[in-house]
Amino acid sequence: MADFSEKIAPDGGLTLELSGQLTICHIGQFDERLRELDGQVNQIDISDIGPIDTVGAWLIFRTAQINDAQIVGNNSEAERLIDELSENPVDDVAPSFRQNPANHIFAEIGESVMSVFKTMLNFTSFVGQVIVTVFTVFLHPSRLRINAIIQRFDMVGVRALAIVGLMSFLIGIVVAQQGAVQLRQFGAEVFTVNLVGRLTFRELGVLMSAIMIAGRSGSSFAAQIGTMKITEEIDAMRVIGVSPIEALVLPRVFATVIMMPLVGFYACLMSIIGAGLLTWIVLDMPPVTFTDRIREVTPITDLYIAMIKAPVFGAIIALAGCFQGMQVKNNAEEVGFRTTAAVVQAIFLVIVLDAFFAIFFTEIGW
Amino acid sequence: MNNKPHDGDAILRVEGLNNSFGSQVIHDNLDLKLRRGEILGVVGGSGTGKSVLMRSIIGLQKATHGNIHIFDNHVFGEDAPSSDQRSNIGRVNYIDSEIRRKWGVLFQGGALFSTLTVAENIQVPLREYYPHFSQCLLEEIAAYKVRLSGLPSNAAAKYPSELSGGMKKRAGLARALALDPELLFLDEPTAGLDPIGAAQFDNLIRELQTALGLSVFLITHDLDTLYAICDRIAVLADKHVVAIGTIDELLAYDHPWINEYFLGPRGRAANNAGK
Repeated sequence: MADFSEKIAPDGGLTLELSGQLTICHIGQFDERLRELDGQVNQIDISDIGPIDTVGAWLIFRTAQINDAQIVGNNSEAERLIDELSENPVDDVAPSFRQNPANHIFAEIGESVMSVFKTMLNFTSFVGQVIVTVFTVFLHPSRLRINAIIQRFDMVGVRALAIVGLMSFLIGIVVAQQGAVQLRQFGAEVFTVNLVGRLTFRELGVLMSAIMIAGRSGSSFAAQIGTMKITEEIDAMRVIGVSPIEALVLPRVFATVIMMPLVGFYACLMSIIGAGLLTWIVLDMPPVTFTDRIREVTPITDLYIAMIKAPVFGAIIALAGCFQGMQVKNNAEEVGFRTTAAVVQAIFLVIVLDAFFAIFFTEIGW
Repeated sequence: MNNKPHDGDAILRVEGLNNSFGSQVIHDNLDLKLRRGEILGVVGGSGTGKSVLMRSIIGLQKATHGNIHIFDNHVFGEDAPSSDQRSNIGRVNYIDSEIRRKWGVLFQGGALFSTLTVAENIQVPLREYYPHFSQCLLEEIAAYKVRLSGLPSNAAAKYPSELSGGMKKRAGLARALALDPELLFLDEPTAGLDPIGAAQFDNLIRELQTALGLSVFLITHDLDTLYAICDRIAVLADKHVVAIGTIDELLAYDHPWINEYFLGPRGRAANNAGK
């Protein structure tokens, strides 16, 4: 263990006699004890110390500097390290940046507000860029990356079928079951079919699959593009002359816009099948009757509503994912943060737009 | 443990190391010895397993078999105490932390933690091994190491993404030096640096080696580095160390790869510059 003893010289100054190992694993409380020293240290005697490393040398050097003390004694190893320090002294250690807490709150609020505005501005310009690119691609159809789009079909659509199907099937069962329980109080169990049919096509089928696709694909878009941003792949593309919007964003947006109605329709069907199964078991309604009733009570406009909403939701999910991916900079933590932001933003926008759609379609009498 | 004569001045001994991935053999019966206080350059063509050798030594990758001794501790081998399977569950690395704290590693890209500042990066190993150190002392040590590695002191508060390639290497070196290691592993420290930066980095390694009494295991492709700072050079070829010695000894050695390496146009240029 590193240790020291104090000796008072005739003139009142202190001499520190250091002993023991001054290496990083033997410092222990040595640093605190040196800091707590009071009195003027005139000399530091290093002749008795054992092995020393840079930390030990730093402690001696610091104590000597603060007290303006002389280092005495013979110890070649220590002297070499200390000389090394005194040749290029460390600048004053900058104290950690501290702020008045009140100011800090205002600064935080201000920064958040600014970042919201900036994000909105960036998102608008990003959407603008995508629209411009869509037009250029329509003018030069050979630049459309069919392979990339088809590959995304698989990732966004086909691979989501299992989970979306299972989820929708269960939701169909739950809605039918809860509806049957409530409607039974009025002796109107038979209207469970109306409830399920209309609710599924108008709202649940597409909305739930949008949420699932946002979680599955929106997040992966953000993470993929974000990682490519960090590894400078996107910069490399720009330099080569490939537009990242054209090569990365458009295939994802197209694939999601095309896949969303298909997945949404499939989700509706699975919900109806789930509900049909439940009504068959619980309400003793044979599947044939159930199918007839569904066709009777669900107007075709409900399906139109679903098929109009789905591509819009798909576009929002893909745009939010790609936009957040493109915003990544600096470090790995940002990728995680942006991925979360992509999903939250996509689901939020989907639900807001869904509310608008609901009011709009009711107003036009669908 | 081992029936070879005890070699007191070797800080690192690798004996009969075999490494293979599937059917591809990387190392076959590789022997290497790093003497205390020397800078050993490790060279070899791409794919000869220089990095695999380093990763095996520092315990990131288990060799197929062989023996590795570091600081007279048997860290890997059939009868090594610490490579015992049962005690490895849940451990970061099968090599004991007492040994690990005595070495520092500089990875090729610097491998700085991107969410921490340079000073915080340097403090990571310190906090891990010496949790009782005060924040004040940690800051001081970090500032000192930043200065030691030749970075301007304002670099301490910067994030890795704000540093240039050369500064990242220096920051990585500062982190490798955080625990005052006896043994330093450097994986291509001058790769990607401009010649001036590379020469400065070479000098820095040499200065630190003398000032701190380090032993250095240095993987490099840089002939200038070999001529400027390496005491001895180990050449990896044909799955083992074909030759080890000073440059003059290697120049006299007859092996096609070594001849081409040192007597090719770049080798001759570096030789002239070194003289």
